[in-house]
Amino acid sequence: MTELFAACSCFGLFMAVGSYQLARIINRRVGREICNPLLFATLLCGAVLLLTGTEYDVFYQNGGQVLEFLLTPATICLAIPLYKQFELLKKNAAAVLAGCTAGVLAHMAGCVLMLVLFKMEAAEYISLLPKSITTAIGKGLSEELGGYPAITMANIMLTGLFGAVAAPPLLKLFGIHDTLSQGLAIGTSSHAAGTSRAVQLGEVQGAASSLAIVVTGLLTVATAPLFARLVNF
Amino acid sequence: MKYLHEAVIIAAVTFASEIIKFCIPLPIPASIYGLILLFILLKTGLLKLRQIEHVGGLLLDLMPLLLVPASVSFLTVLDTLQGMLLPVLLMGFLGTMAVMLITGRVCQAVIGRRKSHD
Repeated sequence: MTELFAACSCFGLFMAVGSYQLARIINRRVGREICNPLLFATLLCGAVLLLTGTEYDVFYQNGGQVLEFLLTPATICLAIPLYKQFELLKKNAAAVLAGCTAGVLAHMAGCVLMLVLFKMEAAEYISLLPKSITTAIGKGLSEELGGYPAITMANIMLTGLFGAVAAPPLLKLFGIHDTLSQGLAIGTSSHAAGTSRAVQLGEVQGAASSLAIVVTGLLTVATAPLFARLVNF
Repeated sequence: MKYLHEAVIIAAVTFASEIIKFCIPLPIPASIYGLILLFILLKTGLLKLRQIEHVGGLLLDLMPLLLVPASVSFLTVLDTLQGMLLPVLLMGFLGTMAVMLITGRVCQAVIGRRKSHD
């Protein structure tokens, strides 16, 4: 089976797009969103790879990378909602800054809690620090501070996937009704992956979430070295 | 051909941001430079929204789909986590929820205060 998949250059692309679309079709038939397309596609593709003993590389090389390739231009296009809603964001600059700062500090405090709770070694703790940010920044930051990049990557991916899937019901549960606050909460907690969902909730949410990626990224780069020092001395 | 024209502009911005990334030795991805660059281009009026709106909107609509390969690769790094699985799961679920709750509530509170002042 693996040999067959490896020989088909469209295997990964079909698997990813097909399973994603299948989830959308199921949702349309049922009349409400019972399965999240991103989560459904991830689990279905993962299950097929696992059950057939196919390497992830085969999936990636044969079409998966086409989708990932488009991620950079798509992330750049987040400038569009940001541009459209800029006046609103500017008017609420104080709220944006306060929200992002509180979120970043809360995350750092959570890491310290993990450090104490699990008696982690320094490198493990440091690997957790860059979390709610884009993988490329997080991976680089983790390396620089002396963490394990693989753990950081896994942590960031799990965070993004969870945020993208669970954000709407969680926001409701937490009583966050203001659209700008919703977007900011998604972007600060679950970076670009969460933002992909925020864009679907509405233009204000998408814009606030996009801005949160940039602000949270900067704040994390600035504060993570300070929190990393906690274990070095 | 409208779409081709838009796609070329977006590809050009992406290319430019990759050049910026190549020139600046920081662990910042090209997409972040590009996001800021495109925003500046729109804000200064060098680029009009209608010149990129359709293809840009399509890419934004597709974004969750574009994340599928990266999410599937999460399954491949699971075994590298070993003793870290529990902390990573805790941070991934509870940590993310806590950050979402705190950020959203703080932002909402500050906006509420501003509105009551107006």
